[in-house]
Amino acid sequence: MLDELTTEVKASMGIYESDAEQVYGLLAEFSNPGELMHAAEATREKGYRHFDAHSPFPIHGMDRAMGLGNSKVGFFAFGGGVTGLATGYLLQWWTSAVDYPINISGKPFFAVEPSVPIMFELTILFAAFGAVAGMLALNGLPRPYNPLFYSDRFRRATDDGFFLHVAASDPQFDPETTAQDLRELGARHVELVQDDGSAEV
Amino acid sequence: MANSDDTSTATTDPTPDGADFHDREPLIKGNLSFHDVTEIVAKHTEKQTPLAWYLAFTVASSMALMLVLMLAYQVWNGVGVWGNNQPVGWGWPIVNFVFWVGIGHAGTLISAILFLFRQRWRTSINRAAEAMTLFAVMCALIFPTFHVGRVWAIYWTLPIPNQMEMWPQFKSPLLWDVFAVSSYFLVSLVFWYIGLVPDLATLRDRTNKFFRQKVLAFFSLGWTGANRHWRNYEKAYLLLAGLATPLVLSVHSVVSFDFAVSVLPGWHTTIFPPYFVAGAIFSGFAMVVTLMVIARKIYGLENLITIDHLEKMNIIILVTGTIVGFAYITEFFMAWYSGVEYEQYAFLNRAFGPYAWAYWIMMSCNLISPQLFWSKKLRRSIPVMFTLSIVVNIGMWFERFVITITSLHRDFLPSSWGYFEPTWVDILTFVGSFGLFFTLFLLFLRFVPMVAIAEVKGVMPEADPHFYEEGDGRPAGANVPYIQPAEEASDRPETGETRRGTEPTG
Repeated sequence: MLDELTTEVKASMGIYESDAEQVYGLLAEFSNPGELMHAAEATREKGYRHFDAHSPFPIHGMDRAMGLGNSKVGFFAFGGGVTGLATGYLLQWWTSAVDYPINISGKPFFAVEPSVPIMFELTILFAAFGAVAGMLALNGLPRPYNPLFYSDRFRRATDDGFFLHVAASDPQFDPETTAQDLRELGARHVELVQDDGSAEV
Repeated sequence: MANSDDTSTATTDPTPDGADFHDREPLIKGNLSFHDVTEIVAKHTEKQTPLAWYLAFTVASSMALMLVLMLAYQVWNGVGVWGNNQPVGWGWPIVNFVFWVGIGHAGTLISAILFLFRQRWRTSINRAAEAMTLFAVMCALIFPTFHVGRVWAIYWTLPIPNQMEMWPQFKSPLLWDVFAVSSYFLVSLVFWYIGLVPDLATLRDRTNKFFRQKVLAFFSLGWTGANRHWRNYEKAYLLLAGLATPLVLSVHSVVSFDFAVSVLPGWHTTIFPPYFVAGAIFSGFAMVVTLMVIARKIYGLENLITIDHLEKMNIIILVTGTIVGFAYITEFFMAWYSGVEYEQYAFLNRAFGPYAWAYWIMMSCNLISPQLFWSKKLRRSIPVMFTLSIVVNIGMWFERFVITITSLHRDFLPSSWGYFEPTWVDILTFVGSFGLFFTLFLLFLRFVPMVAIAEVKGVMPEADPHFYEEGDGRPAGANVPYIQPAEEASDRPETGETRRGTEPTG
């Protein structure tokens, strides 16, 4: 139960488990963003869940094609913002009114008005850190090891290559039939990526 | 099973799909492919370092070394080596601080505010402008740090528990400034770095050199361009833009509080926050134009940073310059309308007193000179915009000089009136700060992709998935759904069979 949950959470980050034969998945290359998007949509319609599209830039509409919901990063940013606001308030209140009150021109030891700038700045700062930390956490980054890096062809995914990766951990995955499916979707090139360091056509 | 309406929500991509989409001029010129864009930008970090770079770096780093020596001299001897003295306690250090912080506003403005306004032309310049922001803020932070006199006690400005059991005075605008500028620096740094990750991955995947690949792999965090990652990445980027927008407006507002919260005639005005922010954008854009005009020429980026990009920046310079000029005039009106004798004197003294020369340099550089940009011909001319961008930054330095010095040099006690003059240490420290700025900028140009490769690719028409379906090879308008209904795809023989699916989508 817990193992399944971990697998699914990791799959949502794009981290998949290899199967018994060390097969990580199939990597199919498409010619352009349009074909990649249709291939992703068709792959989802066929019932695959553990797959991902790799492209040098975000493709508009791909989230919908892959059946992904809204990103959860916003919750992390909100949490960070609330933490920052509370930190800014408590820090100024505790240091100047509780721990070491100093009377300056008879002003109150603590008041909200002059505390607003620092409360504001810390809200923004913590929310920004929350957004980035949340993004990295949800993406499972940093991820130094990724079996996809064994594929030389995959290097173009950050230049001008458009790839669809169907992971071996998907219940429907079968090296032969899935490769056939991907070719039918118009893949220019399909290769099997293995966790032991090989990528073959 | 495959009903996309259940699972889909709004995408975060800020691509505008207006009705006029088809009529839009392409942002990137020269009919480049995705690979060409990578090549144009990445090759400058991969080629052998040109001799000219070494020459420029030698000059810049010598100047930076001079800054270090001047600061060491100042720390050894005390603040007295600067021209600051009563009644002008805030001399050049504060002028230079505000000047550099102001320049540091353009980068995040371009990254954040123009992103929210869906100004897609920003993608060509945002990387360099953000780098410029970071370096300018670093230069800015040097001045107040050393202006405190005892630089070894600068940590007292931070709420760090210490043996005195004392805390910073949070009611002071100077402390707000510490928080505002350092938060700004950190958020800008994070924003810049997150934008860099996909491009560092591009560089990583292009190199075969062992050490270079390892370093790039470390900083690119294992990025593979996965859509599951892009999804969270774009959301985080949007949120950062939304957070940085109020931040960028707040930073110079807080800087202006350093002045406005005091009771000094000439400083104590409510117009300061918006007027400082407009001035900051004005000077920052001028600095971006100065740097981009040089960089696009030397690095052959004319197709990415086109004359249209520069023209748009010049329009922003015109608008903000006019706002700033309007604020100068409003200040005079407010002084007259307040009926306060000291306030009125402070302003008359500014324009016609001993510092009238500085005041009129400011007026002619900031209000009058940008008006040339009303002419389309002039704002598209490289020599004109280059000269003007430098004139604007001279003017903006003088604006801070006028505000700081003229308000202080004649205080309420005429016996203490004086005429402020900088010392050679003041001048060489300021020149040295340019050395630091250019040293850092040259390192950036050498080692980091200076244009956001992934973002530029994203605004090319070829990046739109519908580019390949509409037949005319142009992006789709607003009326085309992102997912074509399955029936419509039957004319695509290679995919038609699988696209029928079990049930129609959409």
